[in-house]
Amino acid sequence: MSSSAGLRVRAAVADATAHAFHEAEKRLPSDVVAALKRAAAEETGEIARGELENILANIARAEELEVPICQDTGVPVVYISLPPGVPLSDELYEGVAEGVRRATEEVPLRPNVVDPLTRENTGDNTGPGMPAIHVSPGERFTVTVLPKGAGAENMSRIVMLLPSQKEQIPRFVAETMLVAGGKPCPPVVLGVGIGGTFDGAAALAKEALLEPIDCMTPFEQELCDAVNRLGIGPMGLGGRNTALAVKVKMAGCHTASLPVAVNVQCWACRRATVEVRR
Amino acid sequence: MTPVRLATPLGDEISDLYAGDRVLLSGRVYTARDEAHLRMMEEGIPFDPCGAVVYHCGPVIQGDRIVAAGPTTSARMNALTGFLLDRGVKGLIGKGGMGKGVVEQLKGRGVYFAFTGGCAALASSCMRLEGVYYSDLGMAEAIWEISLTDLPLVVGIDTHGNDLFGKVEESARESFDREFSR
Repeated sequence: MSSSAGLRVRAAVADATAHAFHEAEKRLPSDVVAALKRAAAEETGEIARGELENILANIARAEELEVPICQDTGVPVVYISLPPGVPLSDELYEGVAEGVRRATEEVPLRPNVVDPLTRENTGDNTGPGMPAIHVSPGERFTVTVLPKGAGAENMSRIVMLLPSQKEQIPRFVAETMLVAGGKPCPPVVLGVGIGGTFDGAAALAKEALLEPIDCMTPFEQELCDAVNRLGIGPMGLGGRNTALAVKVKMAGCHTASLPVAVNVQCWACRRATVEVRR
Repeated sequence: MTPVRLATPLGDEISDLYAGDRVLLSGRVYTARDEAHLRMMEEGIPFDPCGAVVYHCGPVIQGDRIVAAGPTTSARMNALTGFLLDRGVKGLIGKGGMGKGVVEQLKGRGVYFAFTGGCAALASSCMRLEGVYYSDLGMAEAIWEISLTDLPLVVGIDTHGNDLFGKVEESARESFDREFSR
């Protein structure tokens, strides 16, 4: 790529990334809002209903005041879809990082990214390996952001089951929420990755969170019902809605392996996709 | 049930509260997360702790404006809370509940209020910024002094040892064991 074309791509990716953060941090996708409204209508207890009313009032306030939905604006997880003819280049990565730095000032985002051991804050939500960027080929040139807060992320788990233990999957998913209780801000969305490799299952679990939550397969519904029977409820204060949805993504795996990962996502299931305008 | 109206500094009226009660809280609160707790333990509490309320929160602040200020996970402060109660702090606000040790420490002297996690915009629209301590710890870890108007809360742990989170957790454990133990 010539350097001027490279600079154009970098600037266009930075624009799309910053724009996507503005969208994702202040407005929840319509499928998520609909799921929260349905949950509020289903709750019979005063406390559970009150929590969901606070959540719905908060979503409305964030949109009206143009402020982030949650003060934990997350760490940046970014998915790039790359159409034919656009080469995979450093400019893409640099463009995303530039977009994150801009969003940190403009939205504004809380600077959350620190060195894992010294805990020194980089101040702009970038750093080694951060933003986390996943690139895949696609029809359109898009940037999708999934700002990931720590309350929910910290409760995520992975297990390497034996190939004979597939009936243990619902138990592991439900147990993940039993251990989590109210900490990940339920009602949650659970991304479940089944198969692939140790690292791949975790990536699948997170990618599952990009899927719309207003429909579930029978297997996903079964997992969701198992979680909701725990009665943890909104914010761990009790109620019918512990999970809004469970989304599953699978990949082929080694005949001797069965990796299963659960990525926990709070009710603020933030995601936004913006086309890169070159 | 109509929510109970309370104002800081809190006094003996907190013994009338029971886990599950809904409250509208007004007055001063002080944000504090892990780092602020550690420094207060070392250097002393920089505000008057008598009847004070500590809010587990790392807000987004822009200039003198509170942009977003929902609660953070309180359990991280389980081991860091006793000294505050010893010095007269009577209220804690956060999300997710606190450990059994804190439930004991709160008996007869303090209340844990649950505020809905993630409700940062709702919170900031009930808040005004009054001051800051330990600003060198950075935005998320500094102590921000905030005045509240009618923040909607639920009593999670009362002064009588009732713990709503603990109760829900126990019944979730029973449901799980019924379904999956074999």
